[in-house]
Amino acid sequence: MNALTVYVDGIGFWAPGLPHWAAFLRAALHDDFALPETPSRPSPGALPPTERRRAPEPVLIASEAAGQAATMAARDVATLACVFASTHGDLAITDEMCATLAAEPRELSPIRFHNSVHNAPAGYWTVAAHCHAAATAISAERATFAAGLLEAAVEVASEREAVLLAAYDIAARGPLAEMAPSALPFAVAFVLSAAKSERTIARLALRPTHDATVSDDVPASFLPLKSNPMGAQSLPLLVALARRHAREIVVASSRKTVLAIEVTP
Amino acid sequence: MPTRITPLPLTAFTATSTLGSGRAAHAAAILADRGGLRPNDFTRVPLPCAIGRVAGIEDAPLPAELAEYDCRNNRLAWRGVNADGFLDAARACIARHGAERVALIVGTSTSSIGATEEGYRTLDDGRLPAHLRRPVLHTPHSPGLFLEAVLGTRGPCLTVATACSSSAKIFAKAERMIRLGLVDAAILAGVDTLCDSVLFGFNALELVSPEPCRPFDPARNGISIGEAAGFALIERDGDARAPRLVGYGESSDAHHMSTPHPEGLGARLALSDALARAGLTPDDIDYINLHGTATLKNDEVEAALLADTFPNTVRASSTKGFTGHTLGAAGILEAVITLTAMAEGVVPATLNSREAEPICGDRIALAHEPREIRVALSNSFGFGGSNCTLAFASGTPHWA
Repeated sequence: MNALTVYVDGIGFWAPGLPHWAAFLRAALHDDFALPETPSRPSPGALPPTERRRAPEPVLIASEAAGQAATMAARDVATLACVFASTHGDLAITDEMCATLAAEPRELSPIRFHNSVHNAPAGYWTVAAHCHAAATAISAERATFAAGLLEAAVEVASEREAVLLAAYDIAARGPLAEMAPSALPFAVAFVLSAAKSERTIARLALRPTHDATVSDDVPASFLPLKSNPMGAQSLPLLVALARRHAREIVVASSRKTVLAIEVTP
Repeated sequence: MPTRITPLPLTAFTATSTLGSGRAAHAAAILADRGGLRPNDFTRVPLPCAIGRVAGIEDAPLPAELAEYDCRNNRLAWRGVNADGFLDAARACIARHGAERVALIVGTSTSSIGATEEGYRTLDDGRLPAHLRRPVLHTPHSPGLFLEAVLGTRGPCLTVATACSSSAKIFAKAERMIRLGLVDAAILAGVDTLCDSVLFGFNALELVSPEPCRPFDPARNGISIGEAAGFALIERDGDARAPRLVGYGESSDAHHMSTPHPEGLGARLALSDALARAGLTPDDIDYINLHGTATLKNDEVEAALLADTFPNTVRASSTKGFTGHTLGAAGILEAVITLTAMAEGVVPATLNSREAEPICGDRIALAHEPREIRVALSNSFGFGGSNCTLAFASGTPHWA
């Protein structure tokens, strides 16, 4: 098939010590990143103050990255369709919920339950953004970033409208951590559009294939970020975007297939 | 407004629920107004409610070569994919188009979290017990990985998890991939199984009825939870007699995580987009399979939408009184029930309901009714305000 072409009009980023895309750019260009010793969480301006305090961590980091990307792209969040992609979903709530169900199932909190759905970040985001457009939440194991990027690009190309992609994972807790390892929170977001504009940062041409080697080229100091599954999956593309390199990045799109991404700044 | 799409044939489809395995079991239950809800015998801690449980799953392990994936949810997927010869049809489709040209798109809400719950109940020195230390079970994509291993597809593969709209939205994703030429066909699956998370979770939200659910009945008092696996094969080309996906609409309520928009704004947007993509008006619709969960709020909002959008000649029902609310599998289960109703020429009952909300009572079928159904809609709404409406037409649409 022909490649699916989309344009990146905005990028948002949040990880400990790298609270926005500008910080990521600096760290990527100088190979200069050190994981802070104290944990932190973002306070996304896109959410109302009450939710900034009490919303689950995936909602916070996904909304922070999404809000940054939409601002950079100068897009009205109320009309932006969105795709939220997470390898493991809310690992903290899954851990707490399974522990409660094992001990005293009748004590399960109703709010924790409704926050446990994989589309909780999509739900909170669309409420805060007054967005009535389609919102999707997906998962595809080690191929979640590629699957999210492909799904967002499919929506852009078929509906000819801009789409927000937010890809994130938080750190794992409890006994689940051995099965779903993730050492820190990490979120990235793109606004993708169908046509080049003065906002365009890069052009991405996506081509599903199965005969290319997955890219693994990231600055040495970024090693800690690869302990997050979304970090491991997305960093090669993010570094290429940060360094404004015209090159092909290959990401896993299933256990047997890959997605070749031709990046043109 | 979205533009009209080219209808796509559904060349195979099947469902497994508490009503049984396959389309014939579902048709027989609909024609007899016979439901499958029974008292909860699933949870270890008693919870008085009715459930739609698929019999015998606990005694049906996966074949040895698939043992890595063995858990209740993947067992139900396995039983489902083998019903109505679906697995053979899917493999023939893959052989016809090439594995790279067939997508696998799965919808689920809780995936195999039942296995994670079991692991936490039986921790071994702080770790999951050895037999459950299988990462493929503790991920939302578990059914996608399992079905990819079963089918051998090499096209795009993803799991959509938007709560109770999950396996309705997968139809929209497949249509777009086919329209863009990314693939020639897609295998669609929706699988969700009973687990403590949903039974005690919906109970904590005070949304579970102590008795079999009664959608649209003014005396309704909550949902009954069920489990199901549904499958559909959607292709670029197919037999002219095959039913078609003619439209879909997706929207967000932008209102609340677990309460629908009071005026049903998101539901109305999903409906209008589905009609626009199909090139239809409300007058063209013969039957609507409503979301109809039997919560006070959902049915109130959907009843108002039904009453003020559709003529009183339309027929509508919720089939959750037969199967329970199968959550992430509800979209495709109810799509298959709708397609089965079209094939049988029958409007399914709104089982267990003695009367329907006065505002829309003349449009709701309480018992099954013989009727030719040429064009039908199916509604699915979920937590997070995620809405999806699907539109189907019988083979060779009369308006084409």
